[in-house]
Amino acid sequence: MPALGLEVLFKGINFQRLLLGLWTALSISLISVALSIPLGILMGILMTKKNPILRAVLRVYLDFIRIMPQLVLLFIVFFGTTSAFGWNISGELASVIVFTLWGTAEMGDLVRGALISIPKHQYESSEALGFSSAQTFLYVVLPQTVRRLIPLSINLITRMIKTTSLVLMIGVVEVLKVAQQIIEANRMSSPNAAFGVYLTVFVLYFLACWPISLLARRLEVRWQ
Amino acid sequence: MSEILLEVSNLTKRFGENTILDGISFTIRKGEVVVLVGPSGCGKSTLLRCLNGIEDIQGGQILLDGEAVLAGSKELTQMRQKIGMVFQSYELFPHMNVLRNITIAPEKVQKRKRAEVEIEAKALLARVGLADKADSFPRELSGGQKQRVAIVRALILHPEVILFDEVTAALDPEMVREVLDVILDLAKQGKTMLIVTHEMAFARAIADRVIFLDDGHILEDSDPETFFEHPETKRAEQFLGTFRFEKR
Repeated sequence: MPALGLEVLFKGINFQRLLLGLWTALSISLISVALSIPLGILMGILMTKKNPILRAVLRVYLDFIRIMPQLVLLFIVFFGTTSAFGWNISGELASVIVFTLWGTAEMGDLVRGALISIPKHQYESSEALGFSSAQTFLYVVLPQTVRRLIPLSINLITRMIKTTSLVLMIGVVEVLKVAQQIIEANRMSSPNAAFGVYLTVFVLYFLACWPISLLARRLEVRWQ
Repeated sequence: MSEILLEVSNLTKRFGENTILDGISFTIRKGEVVVLVGPSGCGKSTLLRCLNGIEDIQGGQILLDGEAVLAGSKELTQMRQKIGMVFQSYELFPHMNVLRNITIAPEKVQKRKRAEVEIEAKALLARVGLADKADSFPRELSGGQKQRVAIVRALILHPEVILFDEVTAALDPEMVREVLDVILDLAKQGKTMLIVTHEMAFARAIADRVIFLDDGHILEDSDPETFFEHPETKRAEQFLGTFRFEKR
């Protein structure tokens, strides 16, 4: 068995630093998720409105965010705002901004899809029972929308967690960056450490995302 | 004769340039069972939807107990509690069990006590032969069972008139019977009903009056005997002919 170089993890506070890096990645994604969900719900509701200008604006926004690689968005917000407006924002803040813009767009589209998938007849039969439109939304449309939405949005959350591996490109020290630093620092003493350290990073990502995926699958089965 | 419950006068419904209902007038008295028949696309379903304010109307008026049913009006939710409606595709709420499907409207709309409503719901379920299904979810029921639940859901609001929109059209023949028996039972109890159906034998058995609608106009409005045996118009005769089969 080749040496994995796992011993470098136990030098000093290396493992603790990795966990701290993971925490940075998770907090960027969790803050972004917390902001994206309410904003995305608002955007999704607005996307189902009839107003053509509103719809066009939101459509362009969604397509723009989807077409742009997340890395480019990170560069635009982090470097672009500095050169254009002279703002000096931290890498973490730039990351949260980009992930929130992205999460809001994707969440908005999920909400829109869930809302329009409720058949028109559900609204009609609800109104025929004497429900007001607010009651129809609250008792009939919303519970069905949420059921369709939760597995999909959990999937989005795991995608956001994974994509935080890009933020090292704008200088945020997250788990992958810490891993690189550990490998670099021990290049001489443990030249094989790369495999072991990256394997550890893989396991950490897996442990962060797997329970969330499991939860999504369970909810999906339960609410079918 | 009993008092007039529903009065429709000169009702006109257009979708864009298309006139679907062209000056429809008729009345329904308390306790009457009126069956509405006609070829597909003649406007039967649209008429029912107008009566319940789901569709707005471009002319004429609909009076229930002397009060106007007006789509988009403030009083509409009040009026709708007096007009029950049962749809072809049942339209139960899939995320609620049978009992909740039935009790949510009386509880939230009519502000009745949940415990009291549940007792009534269970009694009604027993009456339609579904006493053991209160805790089931709609997806666990057959089409006929779902439709009977939908009828109970309409009944529990104590509507003054119930509209049935081709309620057996999506059902297997064997299930048609169980639903029609429930409606026959309601007729015996003296409920006022307006029924759109393609089941001619059923129409004849249950109707106090038959209205024949074609191309947005009422062509006949008579007792079932007259309508089925001696229709006045050629169009009605032709329509009834499509239900008769003879070996040539």
